[in-house]
Amino acid sequence: MGSEAMKINLKVWRQPNSKAEGKFETYQLNEVSPDMSFLEMFDVLNEQLITDGGEPVAFDHDCREGICGMCSMFINGRPHGPKQGITTCQLHMRSFKDGDTIVVEPWRAQSFPVIKDLSVDRSAFDRIIASGGFVSVNTGNAVDANSILIPKDTADEAFAAATCIGCGACVAACKNSSAMLFVSAKVSQLSLLPQGKAERENRVIAMVDQMDKEGFGSCTNTGACSAECPKEIDLSNIARMNREYVRAKLVSK
Amino acid sequence: MKVLQFLFTSSIGRKVLMALTGLFLILFLVIHLMGNLQLLKHDEGYAFNKYAWFMTSNPLIKTVSYLLYATILLHAFKGLYLVFANRKARGAKSYGSYNGNANSHWTSRNMGILGTLILAFIIGHMSDFWWEYKFGDIPWTKYETSITDESTMVTDITSENHGVHIRMGVAGDKEVFITKDLYKETVEAFEEGWLVALYLLAMAAIAFHLWHGFSSAFQTLGMNHPRWNPLINGLGKAFSILVPLGFAIIPLYVYLLK
Ligand code: HEM
Ligand code: SF4
Ligand code: FES
Repeated sequence: MGSEAMKINLKVWRQPNSKAEGKFETYQLNEVSPDMSFLEMFDVLNEQLITDGGEPVAFDHDCREGICGMCSMFINGRPHGPKQGITTCQLHMRSFKDGDTIVVEPWRAQSFPVIKDLSVDRSAFDRIIASGGFVSVNTGNAVDANSILIPKDTADEAFAAATCIGCGACVAACKNSSAMLFVSAKVSQLSLLPQGKAERENRVIAMVDQMDKEGFGSCTNTGACSAECPKEIDLSNIARMNREYVRAKLVSK
Repeated sequence: MKVLQFLFTSSIGRKVLMALTGLFLILFLVIHLMGNLQLLKHDEGYAFNKYAWFMTSNPLIKTVSYLLYATILLHAFKGLYLVFANRKARGAKSYGSYNGNANSHWTSRNMGILGTLILAFIIGHMSDFWWEYKFGDIPWTKYETSITDESTMVTDITSENHGVHIRMGVAGDKEVFITKDLYKETVEAFEEGWLVALYLLAMAAIAFHLWHGFSSAFQTLGMNHPRWNPLINGLGKAFSILVPLGFAIIPLYVYLLK
């Protein structure tokens, strides 16, 4: 594209397996195009490592278009790097300068153990979903569009909450490693809509219990989660979950 | 009480407890400030001493004050417990580089440290004033106020045989108020520069604690609404500046002007 190639220094967390100590390794890339995505830059690094007979850096990725939530990288002290509202695969090298040193680490949370290098085990999120993040009635065939009336505002809010991709950036950013934004997005998405309302008390209690059991921290309302969330999930979801939870604790049988 | 167990056992419950105790302490700050501002009156402590006597003798207020001590302890120990539990949630390894300022306000990330400063202050404060007032050696003063022209005669009776009880009565055409003089005790304390400095530091800690804490408590309790958020946030910021400032004016006034 005519843009100048950049020199980039990388400090990358290397850890051969979950038991090993792990440490930062420094690498230099001399021909980085500003138009590469951050993950493509890692592909180049891995090509270089393989050519030199080294071990490529393990990192999670799948869709590379901001919808799967796999690309967990903590870049220069922030999940998914310096830009707002995007994942690592949507971050481009033009967001950095020639000669920059970039520090890349895995998500850090007791509940997200490192599997290898930058790849962490986020199955704690799956277990939270499995504990109640679903609607258990059999819905049968699709019904007529307007047979259940849902106010537009409510549908919008539920949809906004449903855009959460389960990436875990909220946990990674939070000083308490709290999963409240993720859990609250799931609780909101379901309890706002009539189909999900039926099980709202059981759901919120089960999901919060599982969240606590997994060892995530609790919320101090710092707002770091929402500021770093690639889908910009709003803090009002956490307030809603707190409301739902206290209500369920006080009124459910 | 089983329904309330969640306040102690779940992450959200613990936070709700922090918010409720925090809001109660906020309410208390207002009452405390209204009392303290009487130190600024030019009446040689008459109003302030009467207020102190009322606050320590009225049975209802005494009950509320025990509730207050319990609240402070609960808030402080639950708060510190949360700080350590939350730190543990990061796991054995923390980040090599962590840019918190990019996504959150430093006050929100340091509630534990700010709270510890406040706790240290409360302990010092209680032993300086509360303990001294109840059990310590403090000056005694007699106020004799004429019922007809409301003029007051003030006598230092520390060295006299003043009895052990604070009391008020009428003798002839005078109202006589014999009291431990917490006013004098306070004013003398605030003549010490270092004490004033510590006091100001503590007020700054409260200001920063509430800069985040005030609106945070509402969010914890589930109150987050586009129509009300500007009011809650605005009120929170104003409160966190004005109330500690109100407290700070008193030692500054005493130290600089008396
Ligand atoms: C003047 C006295 C105090 C007032 C008015 C006050 C008020 C508050 C408020 C309103 C909150 C926000 C609660 C929420 O986020 O839901 C809070 C949080 C907190 N307070 Fe205090 N507080 C005071 C003293 C203390 C003390 C003495 C400590 C103890 C060390 C302390 C430690 C904490 C901590 C650690 C938090 C954050 C809890 C969390 O992570 O969610 N505070 N405080
Ligand atoms: S709430 Fe946002 S940051 Fe957290 S998992 Fe969902 S998409 Fe990722
Ligand atoms: S790889 Fe799917 S969101 Fe980045």
